[in-house]
Amino acid sequence: MAGYLLIESRDPLESRDVASHFYDLAAGLARRGEPVTLFLVQNGVFPARRRAQAAALDAVARAGVEVLADDFSLRERGISSDRLDPRVTAAPLDVVIDRLVEGRKALWH
Amino acid sequence: MTTKKTLAFLLMDAPYESARTTTAFRLVDAAIRRGHDVSVFCYEGAVALSFAKQAPHPNAVHGRDLAQEDHPNPKDWIAALAAQADRSGAKLAWINCGLCVDERGVGEVVSGVGRGSPVDFWKSAEAADNSLVIPTKG
Repeated sequence: MAGYLLIESRDPLESRDVASHFYDLAAGLARRGEPVTLFLVQNGVFPARRRAQAAALDAVARAGVEVLADDFSLRERGISSDRLDPRVTAAPLDVVIDRLVEGRKALWH
Repeated sequence: MTTKKTLAFLLMDAPYESARTTTAFRLVDAAIRRGHDVSVFCYEGAVALSFAKQAPHPNAVHGRDLAQEDHPNPKDWIAALAAQADRSGAKLAWINCGLCVDERGVGEVVSGVGRGSPVDFWKSAEAADNSLVIPTKG
Protein backbone atom coordinates (compact mmCIF):
# COMPACT_ATOMS: atom_id res chain seq x y z
CA MET A 1 0.00 0.00 0.00
CA ALA A 2 1.29 3.42 -0.85
CA GLY A 3 1.58 6.11 1.73
CA TYR A 4 3.93 7.46 4.30
CA LEU A 5 4.47 7.37 8.03
CA LEU A 6 6.52 10.26 9.34
CA ILE A 7 7.53 9.99 12.97
CA GLU A 8 8.56 13.24 14.65
CA SER A 9 10.38 12.86 17.96
CA ARG A 10 11.62 16.43 18.32
CA ASP A 11 10.02 19.62 19.54
CA PRO A 12 10.18 22.52 17.03
CA LEU A 13 11.65 24.64 19.82
CA GLU A 14 14.62 22.31 20.19
CA SER A 15 15.17 21.59 16.50
CA ARG A 16 14.61 24.27 13.89
CA ASP A 17 14.15 21.77 11.06
CA VAL A 18 11.00 20.18 12.54
CA ALA A 19 8.44 22.61 11.18
CA SER A 20 10.49 23.92 8.28
CA HIS A 21 11.47 20.52 6.91
CA PHE A 22 9.65 17.56 8.41
CA TYR A 23 6.17 19.08 8.66
CA ASP A 24 6.66 20.55 5.19
CA LEU A 25 7.65 17.13 3.88
CA ALA A 26 4.49 15.61 5.37
CA ALA A 27 2.32 18.33 3.83
CA GLY A 28 4.04 18.06 0.48
CA LEU A 29 3.57 14.31 0.29
CA ALA A 30 -0.10 14.66 1.25
CA ARG A 31 -0.66 17.31 -1.42
CA ARG A 32 0.54 14.75 -3.97
CA GLY A 33 -2.40 12.62 -2.94
CA GLU A 34 -0.54 10.12 -0.79
CA PRO A 35 -1.98 9.06 2.56
CA VAL A 36 0.34 10.53 5.18
CA THR A 37 0.41 10.05 8.92
CA LEU A 38 2.51 12.37 11.06
CA PHE A 39 3.04 10.57 14.34
CA LEU A 40 4.34 12.74 17.18
CA VAL A 41 6.32 11.00 19.91
CA GLN A 42 8.64 11.95 22.81
CA ASN A 43 9.26 15.73 22.80
CA GLY A 44 7.61 15.78 19.40
CA VAL A 45 4.24 15.87 21.18
CA PHE A 46 4.72 19.38 22.58
CA PRO A 47 3.24 21.04 19.48
CA ALA A 48 0.11 18.96 20.04
CA ARG A 49 -0.88 21.37 22.83
CA ARG A 50 -3.60 23.75 21.79
CA ARG A 51 -2.16 26.98 20.37
CA ALA A 52 1.45 25.79 20.82
CA GLN A 53 2.24 25.50 17.10
CA ALA A 54 -1.04 26.46 15.50
CA ALA A 55 0.39 27.72 12.20
CA ALA A 56 2.52 24.62 11.62
CA LEU A 57 -0.33 22.26 12.47
CA ASP A 58 -2.65 24.30 10.26
CA ALA A 59 -0.41 23.72 7.28
CA VAL A 60 -0.17 19.94 7.69
CA ALA A 61 -3.84 19.55 8.56
CA ARG A 62 -4.95 21.60 5.54
CA ALA A 63 -2.84 19.34 3.33
CA GLY A 64 -4.76 16.33 4.63
CA VAL A 65 -2.10 14.85 6.89
CA GLU A 66 -3.37 12.65 9.71
CA VAL A 67 -1.72 13.98 12.87
CA LEU A 68 -1.45 11.60 15.82
CA ALA A 69 0.32 12.00 19.16
CA ASP A 70 1.65 9.13 21.26
CA ASP A 71 -0.59 8.89 24.31
CA PHE A 72 2.26 7.67 26.52
CA SER A 73 4.47 10.63 25.57
CA LEU A 74 1.55 12.97 26.28
CA ARG A 75 1.00 11.46 29.73
CA GLU A 76 4.74 11.63 30.51
CA ARG A 77 4.62 15.38 29.83
CA GLY A 78 1.37 16.05 31.67
CA ILE A 79 -0.55 16.95 28.53
CA SER A 80 -4.13 15.87 28.99
CA SER A 81 -6.48 15.14 26.11
CA ASP A 82 -8.54 18.26 26.79
CA ARG A 83 -5.45 20.40 26.12
CA LEU A 84 -4.81 18.93 22.69
CA ASP A 85 -5.06 20.90 19.49
CA PRO A 86 -8.28 19.77 17.79
CA ARG A 87 -6.31 18.70 14.73
CA VAL A 88 -4.33 16.18 16.79
CA THR A 89 -5.60 12.82 18.00
CA ALA A 90 -3.98 10.92 20.87
CA ALA A 91 -3.10 7.39 19.81
CA PRO A 92 -1.20 4.39 21.15
CA LEU A 93 2.22 3.56 19.75
CA ASP A 94 0.67 0.43 18.26
CA VAL A 95 -0.54 2.66 15.42
CA VAL A 96 3.05 2.84 14.19
CA ILE A 97 3.13 -0.94 13.95
CA ASP A 98 -0.22 -0.93 12.15
CA ARG A 99 1.04 1.58 9.59
CA LEU A 100 4.27 -0.35 9.07
CA VAL A 101 2.29 -3.54 8.54
CA GLU A 102 0.15 -1.70 5.99
CA GLY A 103 3.34 -0.99 4.07
CA ARG A 104 3.69 2.73 4.71
CA LYS A 105 7.14 4.08 3.94
CA ALA A 106 8.46 5.17 7.31
CA LEU A 107 10.81 7.97 8.19
CA TRP A 108 11.96 8.89 11.70
CA HIS A 109 13.15 12.35 12.66
CA MET B 1 -4.39 -10.23 14.93
CA THR B 2 -3.77 -9.35 11.32
CA THR B 3 -1.65 -11.58 9.11
CA LYS B 4 1.79 -12.17 10.56
CA LYS B 5 4.36 -9.82 9.08
CA THR B 6 8.08 -9.31 9.54
CA LEU B 7 9.41 -5.93 10.60
CA ALA B 8 13.04 -4.84 10.67
CA PHE B 9 14.33 -2.15 13.01
CA LEU B 10 17.72 -0.47 13.19
CA LEU B 11 18.77 1.17 16.47
CA MET B 12 21.78 3.42 16.98
CA ASP B 13 21.54 5.01 20.42
CA ALA B 14 23.61 3.86 23.36
CA PRO B 15 21.73 2.84 26.50
CA TYR B 16 20.62 5.52 28.99
CA GLU B 17 21.18 8.39 26.55
CA SER B 18 17.95 8.95 24.68
CA ALA B 19 14.21 8.48 24.88
CA ARG B 20 14.54 6.93 21.44
CA THR B 21 15.74 3.72 23.10
CA THR B 22 12.62 3.52 25.24
CA THR B 23 10.42 4.18 22.22
CA ALA B 24 12.28 1.55 20.21
CA PHE B 25 11.72 -1.05 22.93
CA ARG B 26 8.05 -0.09 23.05
CA LEU B 27 7.76 -0.52 19.29
CA VAL B 28 9.39 -3.94 19.33
CA ASP B 29 7.14 -4.95 22.22
CA ALA B 30 4.03 -3.76 20.36
CA ALA B 31 5.01 -5.67 17.24
CA ILE B 32 5.72 -8.98 18.93
CA ARG B 33 2.63 -8.73 21.12
CA ARG B 34 0.68 -8.68 17.85
CA GLY B 35 2.54 -11.80 16.76
CA HIS B 36 4.72 -10.19 14.13
CA ASP B 37 8.26 -11.39 13.63
CA VAL B 38 10.86 -8.74 14.38
CA SER B 39 14.52 -8.34 13.56
CA VAL B 40 16.57 -5.72 15.35
CA PHE B 41 19.97 -4.61 14.14
CA CYS B 42 22.00 -2.58 16.61
CA TYR B 43 24.61 -0.23 15.27
CA GLU B 44 27.11 2.09 16.94
CA GLY B 45 26.27 2.70 20.62
CA ALA B 46 23.15 0.54 20.52
CA VAL B 47 25.32 -2.58 20.61
CA ALA B 48 25.77 -1.92 24.35
CA LEU B 49 22.07 -2.48 24.98
CA SER B 50 22.68 -6.22 25.25
CA PHE B 51 25.97 -6.07 27.19
CA ALA B 52 25.77 -8.84 29.79
CA LYS B 53 27.78 -7.05 32.48
CA GLN B 54 25.29 -4.24 32.99
CA ALA B 55 24.53 -4.11 36.70
CA PRO B 56 21.77 -2.50 38.73
CA HIS B 57 22.80 -0.15 41.52
CA PRO B 58 21.38 1.35 44.71
CA ASN B 59 20.62 5.06 44.91
CA ALA B 60 22.50 6.66 47.77
CA VAL B 61 21.16 10.14 46.97
CA HIS B 62 17.59 9.02 47.55
CA GLY B 63 18.49 6.49 50.25
CA ARG B 64 17.23 3.49 48.33
CA ASP B 65 18.93 0.11 48.39
CA LEU B 66 19.32 -2.15 45.38
CA ALA B 67 15.88 -3.73 45.69
CA GLN B 68 14.10 -0.45 46.37
CA GLU B 69 15.81 1.27 43.46
CA ASP B 70 14.88 -1.61 41.13
CA HIS B 71 17.11 -0.09 38.49
CA PRO B 72 16.30 -1.45 35.05
CA ASN B 73 19.02 -2.55 32.68
CA PRO B 74 18.42 -2.72 28.94
CA LYS B 75 19.83 -6.23 28.76
CA ASP B 76 16.92 -7.33 30.94
CA TRP B 77 14.45 -5.56 28.66
CA ILE B 78 15.89 -7.47 25.70
CA ALA B 79 15.48 -10.73 27.60
CA ALA B 80 11.90 -9.70 28.46
CA LEU B 81 11.18 -8.96 24.81
CA ALA B 82 12.52 -12.41 23.86
CA ALA B 83 10.26 -14.01 26.47
CA GLN B 84 7.29 -12.00 25.19
CA ALA B 85 8.05 -13.12 21.65
CA ASP B 86 7.94 -16.76 22.80
CA ARG B 87 4.57 -16.17 24.48
CA SER B 88 3.20 -14.41 21.40
CA GLY B 89 4.41 -16.97 18.90
CA ALA B 90 6.66 -14.38 17.29
CA LYS B 91 10.31 -14.54 16.32
CA LEU B 92 12.71 -11.95 17.65
CA ALA B 93 16.17 -11.76 16.08
CA TRP B 94 18.63 -9.36 17.74
CA ILE B 95 21.92 -8.76 15.93
CA ASN B 96 24.78 -6.47 16.92
CA CYS B 97 27.23 -4.89 14.51
CA GLY B 98 30.42 -6.83 15.27
CA LEU B 99 32.82 -4.00 14.53
CA CYS B 100 30.83 -1.67 16.80
CA VAL B 101 30.94 -4.33 19.52
CA ASP B 102 34.70 -4.75 19.27
CA GLU B 103 35.31 -1.00 19.33
CA ARG B 104 33.38 -0.74 22.57
CA GLY B 105 34.48 -4.00 24.20
CA VAL B 106 30.93 -5.14 24.79
CA GLY B 107 31.22 -8.62 23.30
CA GLU B 108 29.70 -10.40 26.29
CA VAL B 109 26.00 -10.31 25.51
CA VAL B 110 22.86 -11.83 26.90
CA SER B 111 21.50 -15.05 25.47
CA GLY B 112 19.90 -14.87 22.06
CA VAL B 113 21.85 -11.88 20.79
CA GLY B 114 23.92 -12.47 17.68
CA ARG B 115 26.78 -10.78 15.90
CA GLY B 116 26.83 -9.59 12.32
CA SER B 117 27.73 -6.74 10.04
CA PRO B 118 25.73 -3.89 8.49
CA VAL B 119 24.96 -6.11 5.53
CA ASP B 120 22.81 -8.14 7.90
CA PHE B 121 20.52 -5.16 8.33
CA TRP B 122 20.27 -4.87 4.57
CA LYS B 123 19.42 -8.57 4.37
CA SER B 124 16.84 -8.33 7.13
CA ALA B 125 15.26 -5.25 5.55
CA GLU B 126 15.13 -7.03 2.20
CA ALA B 127 13.43 -10.01 3.80
CA ALA B 128 11.04 -7.93 5.93
CA ASP B 129 7.67 -6.53 4.98
CA ASN B 130 8.76 -3.14 6.25
CA SER B 131 11.59 -1.49 8.12
CA LEU B 132 12.20 1.48 10.38
CA VAL B 133 15.55 3.13 11.03
CA ILE B 134 15.69 5.04 14.31
CA PRO B 135 18.77 7.20 13.84
CA THR B 136 20.68 8.90 16.58
CA LYS B 137 20.16 12.65 16.71
CA GLY B 138 22.42 14.41 14.24
